[in-house]
This record gives sequence, structure tokens and C-alpha cells, in this order.
Amino acid sequence: MSSVAEIYTTMSYGPAPESAAPAVSWLDAHQRRFGMFIDGAWTEPTEERLFATINPANRAELAQITQASSAEVNAAVAAAKRAFPQWSQTPGHVRARYLYALARQIQKHSRRLAVLETLDNGKPIRETRDIDIPLVARHFYHHAGWAQLMERELPGYAPLGVVGQIIPWNFPLLMLAWKIAPALAMGNTVVLKPAEWTSLTALAFAELCQSVGLPAGVVNIVTGDGQVGAQIVNHPDIAKIAFTGSTEVGKIIRSATAGSGKKLSLELGGKSPFIVFDNADLDSVVEGVVDAIWFNQGQVCCAGSRLLVQEDVAPALIDKLRQRMERLRVGDPLDKAIDIGAIVAPAQLEKITNLVDQGVSEGATKWQPSWACPTEGYFFPPTLFTDVAPASTIAQVEIFGPVLVVLTFRTPAEALALANNTRYGLAASIWSEDINTALDAASQVKAGVVWVNSTNLFDAAAGFGGYRESGFGREGGKEGLYEYVRRVLPPVAAPASPSRSRRKPAPASANGHNGDGDEWPGIDRTPKHFIGGKQSRPDGGISRLVYGPQGELLGEVADGNRKDIRNAVEAARKAGGWAKQTAHLRAQILYYIAENLHVRAEELAARIQAQTGRDGEREVAVAIERLFTYAAWADKYDGAVHSTPLRNVTLAMVEPVGVFGLICPTAYPLLGPISLIAPTIALGNTVVLVPSTAHPLSAIDLYQVLETSDVPAGVVNIVTGERDALAQVLADHNNVDALWYWGSADGVAQVERASVGNLKQMWTHNDADRDWLAADVGDGQEFLRHATQIKNIWVPYGA
Amino acid sequence: MTAHAVEPQTHAAPLERNPISDFNPGWIDTVRINRSAVERRVATLSGRRTVKKEWQAAWLLRAIRCMDLTTLSGDDTPGTVQRLCAKARHPLRSDLVAALGIADLHLSVAAVCVYHTFVSTAVAALAGSGIPVAAVSTGFPAGLSPFETRLEEIRASVADGAQEIDIVISRHLVLTGDWASLYAEVRAFREACGDAHLKTILATGELGTLRNVYQASLVCMQAGADFIKTSTGKEGVNATPQVSLVMARAIREYYERTGYKVGFKPAGGIRTAKQALEWLILMKEELGDEWLEPQLFRFGASSLLGDIERQLEHFVTGQYSADFRHPTH
Repeated sequence: MSSVAEIYTTMSYGPAPESAAPAVSWLDAHQRRFGMFIDGAWTEPTEERLFATINPANRAELAQITQASSAEVNAAVAAAKRAFPQWSQTPGHVRARYLYALARQIQKHSRRLAVLETLDNGKPIRETRDIDIPLVARHFYHHAGWAQLMERELPGYAPLGVVGQIIPWNFPLLMLAWKIAPALAMGNTVVLKPAEWTSLTALAFAELCQSVGLPAGVVNIVTGDGQVGAQIVNHPDIAKIAFTGSTEVGKIIRSATAGSGKKLSLELGGKSPFIVFDNADLDSVVEGVVDAIWFNQGQVCCAGSRLLVQEDVAPALIDKLRQRMERLRVGDPLDKAIDIGAIVAPAQLEKITNLVDQGVSEGATKWQPSWACPTEGYFFPPTLFTDVAPASTIAQVEIFGPVLVVLTFRTPAEALALANNTRYGLAASIWSEDINTALDAASQVKAGVVWVNSTNLFDAAAGFGGYRESGFGREGGKEGLYEYVRRVLPPVAAPASPSRSRRKPAPASANGHNGDGDEWPGIDRTPKHFIGGKQSRPDGGISRLVYGPQGELLGEVADGNRKDIRNAVEAARKAGGWAKQTAHLRAQILYYIAENLHVRAEELAARIQAQTGRDGEREVAVAIERLFTYAAWADKYDGAVHSTPLRNVTLAMVEPVGVFGLICPTAYPLLGPISLIAPTIALGNTVVLVPSTAHPLSAIDLYQVLETSDVPAGVVNIVTGERDALAQVLADHNNVDALWYWGSADGVAQVERASVGNLKQMWTHNDADRDWLAADVGDGQEFLRHATQIKNIWVPYGA
Repeated sequence: MTAHAVEPQTHAAPLERNPISDFNPGWIDTVRINRSAVERRVATLSGRRTVKKEWQAAWLLRAIRCMDLTTLSGDDTPGTVQRLCAKARHPLRSDLVAALGIADLHLSVAAVCVYHTFVSTAVAALAGSGIPVAAVSTGFPAGLSPFETRLEEIRASVADGAQEIDIVISRHLVLTGDWASLYAEVRAFREACGDAHLKTILATGELGTLRNVYQASLVCMQAGADFIKTSTGKEGVNATPQVSLVMARAIREYYERTGYKVGFKPAGGIRTAKQALEWLILMKEELGDEWLEPQLFRFGASSLLGDIERQLEHFVTGQYSADFRHPTH
């Protein structure tokens, strides 16, 4: 029988190999030895610092690449620093031309790049050819547009300088694009380190930079292991670190950069829920699961790795999944008809294997298809775990492999509770044919990216990034640009010196209030915190004395401690329903606060003057106006609908971050707190505010204002005391989602370091960084942006 | 060529025929189809699976084996039908058959499909070949002639020797959600077929939504369809990968719930070898290898064979072919 006749009988799939030639000839042309791309030129490979990069599908060495020396990293940073002044001054249109040229080059060499990526990483050629490389080109095209538009669309913002970028091995060239395209578009220069297992496409990209004539030093590629990354992270001439990788390393970077002034964006791990309601199209769900967890061998930060399925359809869905898994094909990644390629490296394979073993030993039921994986490379079969409890390790820990765990739920509320029962918050996939069910879940799930009836959709026009310990910052979309620019603040005039006012300061007794008869003692007041809508005594039973500018005693305030902060955070968390109130109502309440401030304007002004010696009237007036400003914004700070290339709406929804710690600037006793409270609560956050340590009395005056302004209990909580001690507790608290800090350089370092526990979103400042009386820097969208996070919800549609 | 009958080689076990089942409206109501997800599945499938070289040649031969070679033109004559039947017996040039080493397969198409008027012509022309004749029926293509007339048409074609009857369903029953009437209609057609196999044409291009396609598929299978078929070839939109995926999934669900295997026939607009491979891949992936046999899978096609012949000649010779090098029908 001829082979054709034989195949006619079996109807099997044969081999369909993509040729490795375009990548192999490129490797050979470089003698399979690579230096690094620094200052527009290639370094000579140094024998003793070369290490092998392998093809995980067959363990063959592909090339030798360089472990960067400390001198080489320094040279790369120095080159980027030298290139920055000119590059940042290069007109947007010219930068756009370079980015456009890079996009074109990537398309022109797409086959070579796709094959090279598959060889180096082990992912199937279908994915590099149809997904990775087209998205790379798209990212450069899209950001060529942002370079063109930067001047008009981002007035008042400037590039940062040298950006250090450290990327992972799971999407080597795509992550490079996500990092480099926005950085260059915004006028920064770059030192990028690819992962040591997958550096080749970054080196190929460096050649494309040369071929388009990108000025020397604008892009520098250094290779090597984590030590090289650490040197970048700690380099004093680097203005920002952009990192994609594990949460563990992200936390190390957060600690290492604390207090350095470096801007930071982290795109970290996930354990993303894939929620299936009983009214979903189950056959389509199955394909969604394939694309969620068996895409890129499951080595995807946003992989839908927790399948949450409604109980009544769970047996049917699991049965369909098993049938589908039998049909998956694992093998040579260069074969065009392969679904799952090789695991990137033996260390990763071992990690997956160990976690799977642990799942079994903890009592979960493991299921794998009947066929066997190839043995010559690093392969792992698609794996399904049932009988998994939320408490089991494999339901909690990111496996980063082709391993899916199944949990069941009974009601939408339970689905969301399970979905959000994680420290991560990167992505979620929601399947239901009922628009109410789907959008309700999308709005409630804690994740930066939500795919309705779809999964793992990416585009340069839509932001990508996480909530919680999945990191902070967005990549893609306009929201991603802000990671690569800084607000240009006008120089601050010398702090208003305590002026001798003609008006006599309001006389004050030790309890802060005038006596009502000259001879009578005042009615003694116990200084308190404002927690959960009530004035509460300090836990420690200690009060602090407050003095005026001349050293005169003005009054007492409670001296807060850990437990006061704990109680305040608890109250703020409980008040989470505030986020669900309408923006209109939140605006009304801000107006009401303004109204009540106005009623007490004279008294408040006097108090400001007593504390600071400055005329308080202006500060009160600006505070009232500021409340109006944010009341106005409350229902106008909208999201967007991104133009992604798919029949869908991609909603960039603005969501509150959650519970804020607000550490007030020292100089403005009333305007400081108002400037921080108003933007945060306008958009639905709840707050724990620590007023100026030196001038806390105006914040105490706010208690009664808040009480009489219909502010729901717990939305605003105020704890007085020593700024940095309380800030430290807030920064350290794992139920606080974000912290704004105005204070000392030491304080910044301290709170940034402390924030690592839950990777809260930090916005830290020098105490005197701005003139709070000036509307252009004292309020506005910069505050609103930091008070929110953007959730991108993809909703494909079609009748 | 000898005159005695040669059964084309087949590998599938004999199939238990799908019986008429009770109408189950509750099942119809639970159907949920997400169009975007369906489109993504078919859009990416051709990037996930492919066959090359010998595999491609073998798969194209299988496409021929599953073909209902069809002529449904207003100007058909006995002569054109006889020519079609001759092609059905010898779909490939004998030098290509030899070069491919497949003489032992006695490759023929699955059936010849004609209007009722030419059933007897085709039956005579195919005598001894084992190739069945299929008749399009029931007021094809609109299916709006009187009900009794449509039943009579089935009986007449069966009497003339048609072994397969391709009926069209009443689209208005789908568009108004009158599933009970659709069930009754198809069931009556099935009963009129007797031993002849019933292929129900959904005319998916006129059903509006993929959910309607799936629901109509289930109703037809409950009413005893042996095959469900996409299109008459006369609608504005005929066989698409999307409706094929949805119908394949309906067949799978029906099999899982009843244990009966129903066949699938895409028809209309399938003209290239590449398309044929995509459909075979879809069948293999969604339903499995059994649905690569003519007893469960057919292409309704008139010009597809020509392109497959050219591709096979290219495989054999390494040179691109031309249509005039292959005998026409």
C-alpha cells in the first residue's frame, strides 16, 4: 500500500513543520555568539561570560549569549543618559517615524522573528506567527501614533529619562514591545534586559533598531540573569523601572526602589478566574478554556487558571473538557498543527511538576489525556484538577503551566466571592449569554482586564495590568502612557512665612475652644479621632499638644496608634458601598461639605491663622472651590471605549481603588485634607486620613462638618498623631489599597518599603512639592487618575 | 474497466440509523450560542491544523469519497446528468490513480445528486457502480409548495430509485419559533422516505441566527433526519464554517444524549481543495474520525472536484495544473 492509501485509511495528521531556516541562518550569520547592544553598537562577546541559550523542545544549544558585566550595564545606562537630552527633544513626529519604521521592520522580518521566538521559547509557531509577532508590530504602530500626538494630548507632562526595563520569558518579543514602544514614544531612552532563557529576539530587535537608524543610546539591550536586573533596578541614573515577571521579584523591586524616587510599574502574577454561568454556550466555553490555560503552555500571567463553574453544568462541562483535551496535540513547537509546545526550561518544568504532585497529595483529582508527551524536550501534558477546595495550594498558587483547577459555585454572588478570593487581580474571563449576569460579574470582579465570553484578547489600544498583588500601572492605551511621563510642576514659591496679621489670632484655651465667659473655665473636650462616622477616643489614651507659630499652646489632639489605624481601616473597608452610590449622589455630598465649610468659614480661617500665622481666608475659599471642582468631576471623570480591532466594545472603566491612606502635607491644615479627601471620595474610595502633624486642628474641625454633610459613616476616617508613625502603619496594612503620602524623603522610603506586603498603589511626594492654593497643581485629573484604576472590559458581541 | 459492481472501499462499521424520537421542546429552549466565540473558533482553526504532502493528497482523496457530486441547474438534460454520473464513477484521471497508488481503493464519489426529473436517468447511468442517487425534494429550493405535493415528491423519487432524499425545511417555522410544526413536517418527510435516507436542508443563510441553526438542527434530528445539511446552494449565503461548526456541535450533543450518530452535509460555495480540507479538519476536530466517512459526512459540490484534481496532479508531478487537463462532466 502506498503511503497515500494508508493515510487515506487512517486520516491522521502528518507532520507540518515550519522551516527553521530563517532563524538558523540568522544565528549562523552571528556565529551563534552574541554580545550586547549598547550605545548603538555591539559589544564583543567575552568568552568567560558567555552562557548557552537552548531550544527547550530538543535541548539543543541555539547560541551563546553574554552575561553583562557591571561595567557593561553602567555603559548602557550612561549611553541612554547621554542620548536622553536629544531624544526627548526630538519632535514627536520624528519619534513617530522611528516607531513606524520599527513596526515595518518587524512585519518585514516577521517569519524570522516568529521562528526564532519559537526556537528559543518553545511556544508553538502558530502562536508566534499569528499572535505574538503581529501584536508586536501593532504595538509599535499604535505608539508611533502616540509619539505623534504626545504634545497635544499630554500637555504638562515630560519624559522621565532613562527607563530600566526587565521582561519575562513567556512572551519575549511582545513584552519588549509593550515596554519599549511607549517608552520611546514618550521620549525616554531605554536599557532593557530580556530574560536569560529567551534573549534572542531582543537581540534581533536591536538589529532592527540599527537598521532604521535609531540614534545611538536610545535603546540598549543588555543580557544576563537576575544580577543584571538587580543592577538596573539599583542604578542611580535610572528614572523608572518597568518590570513584568513574578510577584516575588516584583516585591523585591518594590523594596529595592523604595525612596529612590524611581517611578515603578509592575505587571506580575495572577490566578485569574474563568467564570462559567449555566446559561453560557458551553462548547464555546471549552474553546475559551483551551485559549485560557493551554495557550503558551499555560505560562501566561493572565491565564484563566481557576475554572469556576456553576454546579448544574459542571459535570457536562468537565466531560466536554476532557474530550477536548484528548484532541489537543503536544509536540514540536515548529509544527504548524501543534497546540502545546515545550515548557521554557527544566526549572519551570520542575516547578509545575512539583505543584501538580502537591495537588494530588492534597487530595485533588488529577486528569490528563491518554496520550503521551514527547520525551526529547521539556513537555508537560494538559492537566485538569477536580475536587479542588479553595484552600488547596493549587487553587491559590500561580502554577504557570498547563494546569487547570475546577471549583464550583451555586449563585452569582458565590462566583464573585470565589473569584475575588485571591491576592491577585490581573484578569478574569466571564461566560454567560445573559448580559445582566455577565456585566454584573464584570463590574464586580477585582481584575484589571475582564473578557466577557472570550479570553486572552490583547491590543495596543487597550490597557493591560492588574489590581492588588498583580501589580500596578497599565500597558497599552492612553492609560499606559502615564507610566512613562512625569507631571511638570512649577517651582514652588518659598513657603508662606507666618505673617504678622493685623487681625488678632483667636484666643485659644488648652482644649481648643474659647471660654464663654472671661472668668469661667472652658468645658473640657476630649480630643478624639473620627472613625466610622463617630468621634472615638484614642486607643492609647494619649493626647498631643498643638502649638501655634509663636510656640503658644493651641489645643490638644488625640495621639493615634496602630489600633486606631486598624479600626479606621476596618471602618473604611466596611463603607465600601460608597463605590456603588451614584456619582451624582457623591457630588451632592461634596457640595454639601462645601456648603457647611462655608457656614463655618470665619471660624475655620481663624483656626488656620492660629496654627500657621497665615491668613486663613484664602485657604478656606480655595478649599470650598476645590470641593466644587471634585463635585463637578464626580460624574465627569469618565472611562473610554477603546478602538480594538475586533467586533466588540472594549470598555476602559474607571473604578475606585478601594481604601486609601492619605498622609497630608504639613503646610495647609484645611486645604491639605480637603485636596486629598475630595478627589478620592468623589470617585468612590473610602479613606483614612492623617492630618498634618504640626497643624491638625483644622482636620478636627472637619469632624462636625462631615457629620452634618450626610457623608456616610466610614467613608472618611481621620486619625491624628505623628505622621510617619501612622503612615508606616497604613503602608504596612494589607487591607489598605493605596497610599498618598506627602512628607520627608525618609518617610517616602519608609512607606514605599512598607507597602510591599500587598503591593499597594503608592503616590509619594516631598512635603512641599506644590503650591496647594494653585488650581493647576493643587487639583485636577492627576489626582483623579491616582484615585482610580482602569478596568478594561472586552465585550465581543454578535446576534 | 469491467462492468461488474465494485463496492467503494469503506472502513466504517455499519451505522444504526437515527430513529424518529419524541419532540423535546425543553431541550430546544436550552440552546445557547455565542456568535463571536464561534467565529473565533473557525477563524483560528485553519491556523491550528493543517495537512501537508502525502497527508494532504490522502485527505483530498477522502474529500472525493465524501462528495455528493451535484447538478441542480435549470438547464440540466439527461445528457448532462449522464456525463456527471460517468465522472462520479471515475472522479480521477487513471494515470493519477496509478501514480497515487490507490487503484485498490476503487475511488468513487459518495452519491450523485439531481432533481427528481433526472433520478431515473442517474439510476440507470450508475447501475452496478454502487453509487446511490440523491434527489433534492419537497419543492426545492424554497420548500413552499403544498405539503401533500411535497410528500408526493419524496415518494416519487424513492419510487424512481433515489436512495437519499434531500429535503428543505420550512424556514418560516424556524423564524417564528414554531418548533412543533417543524418537527411534524420533518417527521412526515422521514416517514415518506421509508428506507431512503433523509437529508434535511436547513437553508442556514435564511435562518437569521446561529442559535436558530442549532435549534433547527436538533428538531430535525429528533424528527429522524439521517443527515443535516446547511444549504440548497441557492440562498444568498450558503455553507459557512460558522454554521458548520454549530451544526457539528448539535450533532455531537445529539449523539451524546441519544446515542445516535447523524451525518453532516455542507453544501453551496465549497469550490476549492483548501476549503474541503478545512471542512474535513473541522469534522475531525469537533466530531472525530467517524465523521470523515461518507456515511456521516458529505460535501454537496459541483465544481469542487475540479480543483481537487488539479491539486492532486500538482502533488504527483510537482507542476501546477490547469482545468482543461482533467476530463469534465
